Amino acid sequence: MSTIAEPTIGGMAKPKKRSEFLYFALRNNKLRVGLVVLTIFIVLALIGPLLTNYDPEAFVGPPSAPPSSEYWFGTTTFGQDVFSQFVLGLQSTFLVGIVGGGLGTLLGVVIGFTAGYRGGIVDEVLNMITNIVLVLPTLAILLIIAAYLEVRGVFAESVFIGCTAWPWAARAIRSQTFSLRSREFVDLARMSGINSWKIVFTEIAPNMMSYLFMAFILQFGGAILIAATLDFIGLGPTKGISLGLMMNNAVLWSALHLGMWWWFVPPGVAITAIVGALYVMNVGLDEVFNPKLREL
Amino acid sequence: MRRYFGRKLLVYALTFFLAVTIDWAIPRFMPGNPIQVMLARSGARAEAAEAMYTYYTQAFGLDLPVWQQYLNFWSALFHGDLGTSILVFPQPVAKVIGEAVPYDVALLLPAILLSWIAGNKFGAVAARSKQLDNTVLPIGYILTATPYMWLGILLAWALGIVLGIFPISGAYSYAMTPTFSLKFIGSVLWHWFLPFASIFLVKFGGWAIGMRNLIIYELESDYSHYLEALGAPRKLVRKYAFNNALLPQLTGLALDLGVVVAGALATEIVFSYPGIGYLILQSIQNRDFFLLQGCFLFIIVGVLLANFIIDIVYVLVDPRTRIGMTGEAA
Repeated sequence: MSTIAEPTIGGMAKPKKRSEFLYFALRNNKLRVGLVVLTIFIVLALIGPLLTNYDPEAFVGPPSAPPSSEYWFGTTTFGQDVFSQFVLGLQSTFLVGIVGGGLGTLLGVVIGFTAGYRGGIVDEVLNMITNIVLVLPTLAILLIIAAYLEVRGVFAESVFIGCTAWPWAARAIRSQTFSLRSREFVDLARMSGINSWKIVFTEIAPNMMSYLFMAFILQFGGAILIAATLDFIGLGPTKGISLGLMMNNAVLWSALHLGMWWWFVPPGVAITAIVGALYVMNVGLDEVFNPKLREL
Repeated sequence: MRRYFGRKLLVYALTFFLAVTIDWAIPRFMPGNPIQVMLARSGARAEAAEAMYTYYTQAFGLDLPVWQQYLNFWSALFHGDLGTSILVFPQPVAKVIGEAVPYDVALLLPAILLSWIAGNKFGAVAARSKQLDNTVLPIGYILTATPYMWLGILLAWALGIVLGIFPISGAYSYAMTPTFSLKFIGSVLWHWFLPFASIFLVKFGGWAIGMRNLIIYELESDYSHYLEALGAPRKLVRKYAFNNALLPQLTGLALDLGVVVAGALATEIVFSYPGIGYLILQSIQNRDFFLLQGCFLFIIVGVLLANFIIDIVYVLVDPRTRIGMTGEAA
C-alpha cells in the first residue's frame, strides 16, 4: 500500500511524503476500523478451510442442527455444515471482488485515460460508449447472459461483472485526466518527445494514484454486492458455493419459517461487513489524501 | 439546451437499440435449439408441447434469414407484441407484465424518492456535527453495504416470523380477492410495508453518507470560506453548500437507478411480491425465455424513462444547462 503515495515527480520528496502518508493513515480511525474488519475476513477465508473437516457439499451431520461445538454455524436442512460453506463462500466473494473489481477498474483506467488524454473524436466515441453502458441496467444484462449459460463458474461470473461495471470509473478518470493533461509538467514531457502512453503512465497516473486506488476499492465492493444479488436470484455459479447462493438456498428451503437463523445470518453479515469496511476505508483514505477533509 | 437534450436522446436511442439487439441475439446464438431446450424444461404434456413447438418455431421465425428475423423482432416490438408466455401458456407476455407493473411502481417510486429526500436532509445535518457523525453515520455505512435481499430476509424473519407483526409473502392476503374495500387496501399496505422498508433503508444509508461527504467538500471549498470570512451566518453557508451538493446527488440518483431496480428484484423474491422481480425468478426457473425477454425490455425502458425525467429535472435545477453551458451533466 505504501506504493500509493510514491511520487515519481520530484523524487526529492520521496521518503518524506511516504512517511507523511503513513502518519495520517495510521491515525485515521475509519481506515483502521476498515482494515481490521477486512483483515479478519481475509484470514477467515484463508485459514477457514483448515479449521473444518467437512466437505461443504456433503451431508455430514444431523439436519437443521443449531450451532454447536461440532458444527460451529449449525447445519442446513440436509445436514450440510454451514461453516464449511461459509468459508468457501468467503473465498468466492473475495475472488469476485478481486477479479470483477480489478477488471472493472482496469477497463475504466484504460478507457478513461485514452478518452481524457487523446480528446477529440476518440473522446467523443468513448464517451458515447461509456454513457450507453452507464444507463444500461447492469443486472438486467447479467441476468440475461447468466440465464442462457448452462454452466457458470465464479470466475466467469466475475468477468461478466467486471465487463459491465467500468463506466463510472472511466468517466471519473477521464475528467481527472482531462484536468491534468494541460498542466505544465505534462506539456514539458510532451515537448521532450516522450510517447503518449509513457506520459500517461509516468506523468499523469502517479498524480492520481490515490484516486485510482479508491476507484478500485469501490469497484471491489460493488462487484461483491452485484454477485450476491445475482446468486440470490438463482443465477449464480452452478458449481461451487458463494455467500449469495447460501442465502438463496436458505430462502428456497424455508429456513425463515423454520427459524434456522444460523443459515442465512452469517453470509449476510459477512457481505455487509466486508463491503461496509471497504466503503469506510474509502472515506478514510480520502481524508488521508486530502488534508482539507481531515477532522480537526 | 437543445444540444443538451439532443445528446441525451441520442444516447438513450442508442442504448435502447443495443439492448433490444442483445435481447434478440442471445436466444438465437446459444448452442442447440432454444425452443427444444425451453419446452423440455417447461414439462408440458405431449400434445400441448406439440402445439407450443409449432407456435414458437413460427414466433422465433428460425427458418427465415437472420436479417429478416431481426427486422421482424423490431416490428413485433413496435406492435406491442412480446410473444406468448410459457409459464401461463396462452397469455401474452405483455399482459403478464402489465399485471406486475403496478406493484413495482408502488414499491420503487416511493422507496427511491423518499430515501433520496430523507437521506439528503439527514446527511446534510450530520456533516461536521461530531455527535451525529460518530453515532449515526456508522449505521449509514452498514445500511448502504447491506445487500437488499438480506435486509429483507432479516426484517421478514424478525418482524414477520418471530414477532408476527407483518405478513411476509404476497401483495395482499391470500384469502382475499382484489376489491376496492377498505379492508383490502389495508391488507395491501400491510404487505407492502416490509419490502418498501428494506429498499428504503438501504438507499437511505447510501444517500445520507454521500450527502455528508459532499457537504464536507463544499464547506471546505473557497466560496464557503469566503462567505464565512465575510461574516455570513453558518446557516446561510450550509444552505449554499446543500444546494451545490444536490447536483451530484441528482446525477447519482440517475446512475443508481439500475442498481436499485436490481435490488428491488431481489427484495420481491424474498417477499414473493408479485412484481417484475418475482416474474423473472419464475421465468428463469421455468425457462420461459419470452417472458424473460419481455421483463428485460421493460426494465430497460423503465430505466431510460426515469433517466430522461431526471435530465429534465436537471435543466430545472441547474441554470448552466439552460443557457447552453454544458454544466455538470453533459
